[in-house]
Amino acid sequence: MYYLKNVATLAYQPELCIGCGRCAEVCPHGVFVIGEGKAAVIDRDACMECGACSRNCPAGALSVNAGVGCAAAVLSGFFRKTAPECGCSDNSPCCG
Amino acid sequence: MNVESKNVDSEPIIPRCACCTTDYRSSAGESDNVQPPGQREYVERWVTGMISTPSGNVPVVGTSLDFADRMGSWKARWGIGRMDYRVDPGLYAVGRPDAESPVLVTANYKLTFDTLRSRLGGLDAWILVLDTKGINVWCAAGKGTFGTLELIKRVSEVRLAGVVSGRKLILPQLGAAGISAHLVEKLCGFRVVYGPVRASDLTEFLERGMKATPEMRRIRFTFHDRAVLIPVEIVPALKYLAGIALALALLSGLGPGGYGVERIVHRGPVEGALFICGFLAGSAFTPLFLPWLPGRAFSLKGAWSGMVLMLVITACDVLTKAMIFENTLSTVAWMLIIPATASFAGMNFTGASTYTSLSGVKKEIRVAVPLQAAFATVGIILWIVACFV
Repeated sequence: MYYLKNVATLAYQPELCIGCGRCAEVCPHGVFVIGEGKAAVIDRDACMECGACSRNCPAGALSVNAGVGCAAAVLSGFFRKTAPECGCSDNSPCCG
Repeated sequence: MNVESKNVDSEPIIPRCACCTTDYRSSAGESDNVQPPGQREYVERWVTGMISTPSGNVPVVGTSLDFADRMGSWKARWGIGRMDYRVDPGLYAVGRPDAESPVLVTANYKLTFDTLRSRLGGLDAWILVLDTKGINVWCAAGKGTFGTLELIKRVSEVRLAGVVSGRKLILPQLGAAGISAHLVEKLCGFRVVYGPVRASDLTEFLERGMKATPEMRRIRFTFHDRAVLIPVEIVPALKYLAGIALALALLSGLGPGGYGVERIVHRGPVEGALFICGFLAGSAFTPLFLPWLPGRAFSLKGAWSGMVLMLVITACDVLTKAMIFENTLSTVAWMLIIPATASFAGMNFTGASTYTSLSGVKKEIRVAVPLQAAFATVGIILWIVACFV
């Protein structure tokens, strides 16, 4: 299943890549493959912007505007003028 | 180093469960290392014994779920006592692990913990439970509670280095969004290995020498995965649903001759039910039939569900002459209200899905919400006018 086309904020700087393979290991949507000692983005539209790749990239070659793809979070963030965030906290109920 | 050869009596510290004062140490003098916990009243049902390690006694947990565990999962899905469905963070064991056994890291949401341990039958392993405030691995990773600092803190707090000789931690792959593997290694010396997405693949992952197949690395969103999430969509919306349905029912008393209680009795339940059906088209039908509904945007998929529902109701109305719709204008009004409602409810399922992105959701909202609002507003106006014709 694919979500909207051409929206992902995933940015990759191949010149920084050290080919460690962590991005391909952590991505649950198969966005990356490792070939010729470097990562390659092969399925950008599958990116859900979870941020796992950029957080685990030791070379800083990946960046993404990570966040939750949740309409309720975006709407409540819009009305509260905060960043989109799901309501999970110690006191409030959660979706998970 | 063989942790099982250590005698309880030689332990200098009082082993405690990480965040409560339950003393798990068994009575002194007993030599068997796996013993029933001493103070039953404080100990969870699913703790089957104790294992002694150089870093203290570790509770052994069962790998089969009982009725209470299943009931607990069901209740959590329906939002009953959801935020208190937790286990204490800290170190646990399954089977009879030793210093060579793998360490599996997880969240302290009991549903998550139960899923993990139920898949570890026949294995000897350590389970390191992080304090994620009772939230599952993925959501907690997104919020940073299943995070680098919590992991490092927990590794040091349970003195893991004294329990295992290896320096490897197996993390669920979906926890990666909260963890920087290279920082964990740098700061506490343990190397992070990302395990499979699903706990059910763990045994095979370990048998392959901690190698995941591409299939194990991919997240899915099966019919069953989607179905179990439907209550999470419905329960929080119940009060709004009830409020709107009640308001519609009361408004249905409006008529050419003023306000009539008879009209409420006659029309109220039908009008309220139509609205609730519209919502369910978005929050239940849409998730179930997600891959087959046209379009990529969830709001569009929801709108299609609403239109399908409208078609079905209209067909029933015509065939049975049940007067589901009061008149033609009312039919037109519901043609607008039901798809708008279903579209909104369907759009909200993005939060439960496994593949929507923040950027995509923002884009979708910018287009969909004004349309939903316009359809709903015109629909309501027509619906009120329809009461008088």
